[in-house]
Amino acid sequence: MINAHGCCCRFLLKMPGLVFVKESLVSSLPVQSVACTAFMSHFSSTQLVIKTCRKMGIQTVAVHSDVDSSAVHVKMADEAVCVGPAPTGKSYLNMDAIMDAIRSTGAQAVHPGYGFLSENKEFAQRLAAEGVMFVGPDTHAIQAMGDKIQSKLIAKAAGVNTIPGFDGVVKTAEEAVKIAQDIGYPVMIKASAGGGGKGMRIAWNDEETREGFRFSSQEAASSFGDDRLLIEKFIDNPRHIEIQVLADKHGSALWLNERECSIQRRNQKVVEEAPSTFLDPATRRAMGEQAVQLAKAVQYSSAGTVEFLVDSQKNFYFLEMNTRLQVEHPITECITGLDLVQQMIRIAKGYPLQHKQEDIPINGWAIESRVYAEDPYKSFGLPSIGRLSQYQEPLNLSNVRVDSGIQEGSDISIYYDPMISKLVTYGATRAEALAKMEDALDNYVIRGVTHNIPLLREIITHPRFISGDITTNFLPEVYPSGFHGHQLATDSRRELLASAAALYIAAQLRSQRFLLSTIPQERGKWELCVELGKDRHNVEVTRSGNTYTVSLSFSFSLSVEVDAGRVEVSGEWNLASPLLPLTINGTHRMLQCLSREASGEITVQYLGTSFKVRVLSKLAAELDSYMPEKIPEDTSSILRSPMPGTVVAVAVKAGDTVAEGQEICVIEAMKMQNSMTAAKTAKVKSVHCKPGETVGEGDLLVELE
Amino acid sequence: MAISVLAYVLPLDCRWYSVSHLSVQERIDKKRKAALVGGGQKRIDAQHKRGKLTARERVELLLDPNSFVEYDMFVEHRCSDFGMEQDRNKFPGDSVVTGQGRINGRLVYVFSQDFTVFGGSLSGAHAQKICKIMDQAVMVGAPVIGLNDSGGARIQEGVESLAGYADIFLRNVTASGVVPQISLIMGPCAGGAVYSPALTDFTFMVKDTSYLFITGPDVVKSVTNEDVTQEELGGAKTHTAVSGVAHRAFENDIDALLNLRDFFNFLPLSNKDASPVIECHDPSDRLVPGLDTIVPMESTKAYDMLDIIHGIVDERDFFEIMPNYAKNIVVGFARMNGRTVGIVGNQPKVASGCLDINSSVKGARFVRFCDAFNIPIITFVDVPGFLPGTAQEYGGIIRHGAKLLFAFAEATVPKITIITRKAYGGAYDVMSSKHLRGDMNYAWPTAEVAVMGAKGAVQIIFRGKENQAEAEAEYVEKFANPFPAAVRGFVDDIIEPSTTRKRICRDLEVLASKKQVNPWKKHANIPL
Repeated sequence: MINAHGCCCRFLLKMPGLVFVKESLVSSLPVQSVACTAFMSHFSSTQLVIKTCRKMGIQTVAVHSDVDSSAVHVKMADEAVCVGPAPTGKSYLNMDAIMDAIRSTGAQAVHPGYGFLSENKEFAQRLAAEGVMFVGPDTHAIQAMGDKIQSKLIAKAAGVNTIPGFDGVVKTAEEAVKIAQDIGYPVMIKASAGGGGKGMRIAWNDEETREGFRFSSQEAASSFGDDRLLIEKFIDNPRHIEIQVLADKHGSALWLNERECSIQRRNQKVVEEAPSTFLDPATRRAMGEQAVQLAKAVQYSSAGTVEFLVDSQKNFYFLEMNTRLQVEHPITECITGLDLVQQMIRIAKGYPLQHKQEDIPINGWAIESRVYAEDPYKSFGLPSIGRLSQYQEPLNLSNVRVDSGIQEGSDISIYYDPMISKLVTYGATRAEALAKMEDALDNYVIRGVTHNIPLLREIITHPRFISGDITTNFLPEVYPSGFHGHQLATDSRRELLASAAALYIAAQLRSQRFLLSTIPQERGKWELCVELGKDRHNVEVTRSGNTYTVSLSFSFSLSVEVDAGRVEVSGEWNLASPLLPLTINGTHRMLQCLSREASGEITVQYLGTSFKVRVLSKLAAELDSYMPEKIPEDTSSILRSPMPGTVVAVAVKAGDTVAEGQEICVIEAMKMQNSMTAAKTAKVKSVHCKPGETVGEGDLLVELE
Repeated sequence: MAISVLAYVLPLDCRWYSVSHLSVQERIDKKRKAALVGGGQKRIDAQHKRGKLTARERVELLLDPNSFVEYDMFVEHRCSDFGMEQDRNKFPGDSVVTGQGRINGRLVYVFSQDFTVFGGSLSGAHAQKICKIMDQAVMVGAPVIGLNDSGGARIQEGVESLAGYADIFLRNVTASGVVPQISLIMGPCAGGAVYSPALTDFTFMVKDTSYLFITGPDVVKSVTNEDVTQEELGGAKTHTAVSGVAHRAFENDIDALLNLRDFFNFLPLSNKDASPVIECHDPSDRLVPGLDTIVPMESTKAYDMLDIIHGIVDERDFFEIMPNYAKNIVVGFARMNGRTVGIVGNQPKVASGCLDINSSVKGARFVRFCDAFNIPIITFVDVPGFLPGTAQEYGGIIRHGAKLLFAFAEATVPKITIITRKAYGGAYDVMSSKHLRGDMNYAWPTAEVAVMGAKGAVQIIFRGKENQAEAEAEYVEKFANPFPAAVRGFVDDIIEPSTTRKRICRDLEVLASKKQVNPWKKHANIPL
């Protein structure tokens, strides 16, 4: 069981890896007394399951693809079986291979983790046919909740709020008003035949409804030749809040409070928290009870999640039900103290629920950040790949839990989900959990792949997020022109420049420390010039402490004059470490050194964002003005891949004329297709890629004339 | 302070007694002032406009502040033809600035050609100045850095200028292997002049503003009728990627000089000096867990040798030499527990890491530099063999491959070798094998030491037989692992990749006192 106050680090993460559960070793625990073997698929989830199984005395078998044979979950499990090559269709989704693996290892149960086969009813059926236990709900529940339309009907019948609406012919404006009043304002009116948000009008009162009716029915008739109108409840400022349920095979069910998952990009969750800042006890209870009603209505057993959309008036509406363990479940574990994997295995074994509803607490606050291998500066995150040349989780901090399926040296490939880890922090209050998250993100060392820590850190420190004023449109609302990293204020700019100067001086001083050579006279003053972007800053550094020491670590205390402002910087650094803790004007900060070049270029991660600065001596800075400006490559005639992936289609050949904005080719990576378009109207000079080819980030695809 | 005031006051008092003293002091000041501006402000401005710094600015940036001690500031050219004897054609110091100074506190001799004086052309006096500091550098035991920016010979001086070149060449050769010599090409360097950089240990270039060629585009056009630009013929890109003449190129003067300072820190001052040791913050016993998974399961799949090198060396700091030339071999400097080492590694990412003509020559020259200057050599082996084909055979792969073999065999510095995967055929022998006096030879569990790959081997051993696949599997079982080499003692141990750094650091401590002497000879006869 997890100690709610000490989020221990025992989760899993990343890709699918099926875990089979095998023979119990000890028999003092109730679950073990039944020989059970669980299989799972999904790296991080796999690790999590393996850890819980081990605690319960259950042996585990991990399945993996050939490229993952040295993955962490494979090493952790008691046994491991390779089920095929890297593409998921040939391995983690290859049911035949997985069934063979179950038979050959004699596994008695399968835990599907999340993703892959976790919500596949055919897989559950095949397991049942072989008498292998599936750690998850019964097939009929997976099926019932798997269909979006059917699940809504079932939910409605079970008394769960669904988004009210009317779809049909509306004859008069007054009829429209009546429908709108029945639904309750605000409502959304549009032609049924119009796809998406096209021609959508929002009405907040009767007058606006009449107007909306006029426009929409005209449009319906003229544009689509179809009179039907759709009038539906408009969810303003929607928030995504979900309820964790736990149901056993004896008809009992519990709700384990909510998780707020409103911060999303492209419908994928980025930051989650439990509980939600938005719910009051009454709403929470109402949502929980409806979730339990739904679980009972489909005779659900195991852990499941009922997702709701919640509007600004705290009206909530059923979205869908996930019949598996979810990525964000750890935050529920943190605030309730329950081990969901353990509960799932108990339930699968047929044990009744251990807890009563009144036993389920909300202890403190938990935040989860999904750390992805992706470039947050491109559409809030385009996949990136690479080898984790350095990787260090912030586990030195208390109340931090990291579920990852990777380690230093792991390859982030184009084959799977680009998630690096789920970073969970816990605190007695939300403020405490958020401060811890800030710390954890600053202490998280990831090198070799581009990651989204800059975005995560900006989100959790944004005033709107801190005040709880969030919706599912948070990112596009807050960053309408895309994410551009941390925006430096006067103070933080000064601090950054001062830290960079200190790092430069540290490296300079050390580079004179040769064994058996006379050590040059200690310097007490440096006149530097630090370049950040196009701006240049004069930086004067003086030693404020008595001395500095360089051996083994660089301990210093410097007084830095930047742009007519004074910054006191002190710290003790190991220059071989990527983490450089320092105190700037009395505030503790964690600086990360990403690179340090002989040319004075220093890249540091500061406040989550990486900044490139150039530190020069005063002389070099003066002479720098004579250096010729390098003309950057004209990128409008060159199309490069924005991310690593596979070329799906190439729409042009050499000699074709393309118009600006015309699609040139499509790149797919990690289940995402990206259409590449021409930046100008021109003739195609040459094509450097073929469909089916793998390309790296920045690879030349097509050249225009 | 007091002394300088006295020195100043004294001549003032003397002026009533001796007119000539006064005029000497004035002349000294005047000459010094003139020397400091070289060819004059107009030419300095022109130099800046070209994106280049002046000879003195370069020296100042290269050396520690206030450490430069200048020699021969008063030397002038001695040419009296073509009006050169006129005062306006005399420049104190002539077209080169020479002297010594410090880089991070360590002594270095420097000459910096001054393009503002007669286009940096080489006069007899210019050559004499360079020779003077080179002679002293060899005597003292300190490296020589040349900052080249010269239009060529001083044509007005004729054969005297040619003699000057030869004097420098001779010194380049006699100093070779005694003190490190580095050339940084920061402008034109054409004709006979190119041979001085070519004789030095390392040649670096500045992108877009430096050229090296025997004959310029005009002569090329008239002789071979080829149309070629200066940049294509002898620019930084050509020499770092195509010809292999230069070892690395930098963005501009400042970038080049700052990088040179960084590079200098790796070098010992002379062949009498041990490999330098610098303060190190990176624990010598650090494990590198990422290395355990770096070699892919399929032996045909590539990986980046640089990932291994960066993981193992101090602070991921690796100064690569010739990064854009013969990329199938990686060479460069790094540190282990603070001590400079030379790294040689096959690069599986490029041409499967095979050895060919260019990579053999690149590797050989680097190994010989390390050996000459007491720098331990660490070799990472993943080599499928020498590259086959007529191009290679006609080009003399036998002769050139022998250079690398020769260099490794001849080297007496500490030699540590890690076989990460393939070590096939003759290339296994070449890559610092135990048989060539490797001091510590390790194999990772993924190592395969064999005459050739399983497929080829089976085709020969079982020619015409069926069941080739079965035979291949048997061969793999038998030879595609480190055991055949380990049971014979050809590798000293099979080690976990993550422990490699720890092992190397420990070995280097032990081998620091290594003494090995080759038989007396005038010099060896490396197959050139």
